[in-house]
Amino acid sequence: MATTLKSVDAVVIGLGWTGSILSMELANAGLHVVALERGAYRDTSPNWSYPKAADELKYGIRGDLFQRLSKDTVSIRHSTDGVAVPYRQLNAFLLPDNVGGAGVHWNGQHYRPSPEDLKFLSHNVERYGAKFLPEDMTIQDYDVTYDELEPYLDEFERLCGTSGQAGNIRGTLQPGGNPFEGPRSRGYPTPALPDTEGALRFAKAARELGYSPFPQPSANCSQPWTNQYGVRLGPCNLCGYCERYGCYLYSKASPQTTILPALMQKSNFEMRTHSTVTKINLSPDGKRATGVTYVDAAGQEFIQPADLVILSSFQINNVRLMLLSGIGTPYDPRTGEGVIGKNFAYQMMSESALFFDKDVAINPFIGAGSGGQQIIDEFNADHFDHAPHGFIGGGYILGGTTGGRPLQQLNVPAGTPMWGAAWKKAAKENYLHTSRVQTHSSVMAYRGAYVDLDPTYRNALGMPLARITFDWHENEYRMTRFVTDRALEIVEKMNPKSHTLTMRKAGDHFNTRQYQTTHITGGVITGADPRTSAVNRYCQSWDVPNLFVFGASAFPQNFGYNPTGLIGGLTFMGAHAIRERYLKAPGPLVPV
Amino acid sequence: MPIDKFRNRRTFLRQAISVVPSVTFIGSASELLTANGARAAPTEQPSVPYQPTFFTSAEWTFLNAATDRLIPSNEDGPGAVELGVPEFIDRQMESGYGHGEFWYLSGPFVTDVDPTLGYQLQYTPRAFYRAAIADIDQVCTEAHGHPFHALNATTQDDVLTSLQKGTLALPHIAKPAEFFIQLLANTKEGYFADPMYGGNKHMGSWKMIGFPGARADFADWMQQPGKVYPLGPVSILGERA
Repeated sequence: MATTLKSVDAVVIGLGWTGSILSMELANAGLHVVALERGAYRDTSPNWSYPKAADELKYGIRGDLFQRLSKDTVSIRHSTDGVAVPYRQLNAFLLPDNVGGAGVHWNGQHYRPSPEDLKFLSHNVERYGAKFLPEDMTIQDYDVTYDELEPYLDEFERLCGTSGQAGNIRGTLQPGGNPFEGPRSRGYPTPALPDTEGALRFAKAARELGYSPFPQPSANCSQPWTNQYGVRLGPCNLCGYCERYGCYLYSKASPQTTILPALMQKSNFEMRTHSTVTKINLSPDGKRATGVTYVDAAGQEFIQPADLVILSSFQINNVRLMLLSGIGTPYDPRTGEGVIGKNFAYQMMSESALFFDKDVAINPFIGAGSGGQQIIDEFNADHFDHAPHGFIGGGYILGGTTGGRPLQQLNVPAGTPMWGAAWKKAAKENYLHTSRVQTHSSVMAYRGAYVDLDPTYRNALGMPLARITFDWHENEYRMTRFVTDRALEIVEKMNPKSHTLTMRKAGDHFNTRQYQTTHITGGVITGADPRTSAVNRYCQSWDVPNLFVFGASAFPQNFGYNPTGLIGGLTFMGAHAIRERYLKAPGPLVPV
Repeated sequence: MPIDKFRNRRTFLRQAISVVPSVTFIGSASELLTANGARAAPTEQPSVPYQPTFFTSAEWTFLNAATDRLIPSNEDGPGAVELGVPEFIDRQMESGYGHGEFWYLSGPFVTDVDPTLGYQLQYTPRAFYRAAIADIDQVCTEAHGHPFHALNATTQDDVLTSLQKGTLALPHIAKPAEFFIQLLANTKEGYFADPMYGGNKHMGSWKMIGFPGARADFADWMQQPGKVYPLGPVSILGERA
């Protein structure tokens, strides 16, 4: 029997990046906010203080910061006529858990979208014609332009103290920055971090080939930074423990290092951990959310009424909760009708390890998940003419080392056995002299790539798993071949003794065993039309206007950049719209 | 004659394993090497041999023999047994990992799907060792007249290779290659993980490759790309080398 609690102004589901931003903004607006987090509370101290943060087995391999799959996972199949099986071990993408969510263990690779990324359908149709796009490709435009979003992209960079070199300030190109970026109102909060040896070699080769390399924008600040909430971050020291790890130095931006210290002091904010929301409750006519139902650690069920509901969990959990709550029409891949679950997308990477001579000290252990890398953006988005190549989209190419943790980041030359004396000898001889070049690329949306509820498998609470139907398409095989070939030209110019190559080739299935990125997107997508999108430009549900859904679930397709910068921008835009317009006159912010 | 020397060492290890499964090999092996003039013995020797908690005597013997082939000891650096990898794996079996806390293990189990859809067996790591080692020893005995640990090195490598390729048919395991994936992963974990987990004794693997371990502070070095980093590793519990 569920216990009904006293009503609050706003309930926030999931306390990661977007839930923390919304909690802070709504609390600042004077609302009584309750955040329900299914996981535990964690903070820099004591959870990942030095030296216990530098534990590759615990964090890198076992994945202490991630969702325990024994409690919950997803199922995956390659096509609508296949049988989905559970994702039993975390490999291809990671699933976050606990306070801070993926904002704790991300790499801090902090990009803005290219202007055309936000109108990707109309831009490509205009430039290449509608017939250039495959028949089953279902990409869409955002209903927001780059210029409209810019103040909010900037606001999120200020929150994070992001380091980098601007490429375009109010239309004036800046030397050393990304010449392809959209105009920004001002530069990055802190200067770029120093380059690693591998990044310097990459940038030199890229310049010789006529490209414009620039430092990867990084949410690891390079100097002390106090953000708009009065929270202070300290400079990164390239310790080499970023992706999959909490930052012991208070350098990498996370909810813990940028928002929670201020938020937790507010008397009108309350956090309840170990509280798993199982349903968003609706009024009898289905047009208004009345609150949520959740289960606590003891299995006790509660109903938390609220005037405003913020769904801010990880992408796949946002989609599942919408489906379980019966909000919006579930997507049907046979007809293309419906919106919830539509346009699931991912990203595609390729990677080379470069082996240099013994006198070249790469020191791979000196690095950060983002800082210290160099990038070229010539082959991302629509920065080049795609007409001769027969695909749309692309990716950035990055060079450098993000760490030298031996279980995950030790490479051996192609042809080396995976074990035995020859493996050990190769590991010993190459470790200190190995750098990397990677491509990080877009994946378009397709009619048959979507999320629904699994008919068979359930989580520990008895909820159906989200079922992902996804595989690669011809557009992406061509794209990765093209972008990877450009990367290999840079590799050749860097002149290593040898290099490896990991690339998805035509016909390869999506391999759940191979880590790429954690950037799974879509399912509650944003757009201008309620028939083809689930939320409007402010991430407000078209069907239930007192429900907002934030995160990568809003992406209509996936671009070539890491998603967090765009997620932050969309979240701040929505938060401002709620504060400045919605609270004064609750209702749809975009007329239906 | 380094090759013969190390072959002798391996033979010694194998005999030691066969006769007294629970004894520690590190001390004895090092003494042997010292006697041969190959290497100074480590300064610290465990006074009490490690007693496996999870593995049975037969399993422990297999594990020592198999990890010794996966990462052998030779002139390039320490091997898996020397660095305590079997101890590491035994201790991991008692952890949440060993009990399957990190894996989704609810049925139904559909194993005839494309391998790109990942691990689809019902075993926890513990259960997988228990089931697979018995099968492998049985298959080796049927084919070669001896369990795995008593085979010569070449045959052991052949068995491991066919296990890796999935061509070694095991009576009770639907996907034998999945066991190899686990065995090799756990072996490398024990070899490279922080010593506090029982493997990588004295940070032997980190010293071999040049990884500084838990130093995790390069404020003085980030402005000096390309310079040789001079400091040895430290461990989480403060061991230095």
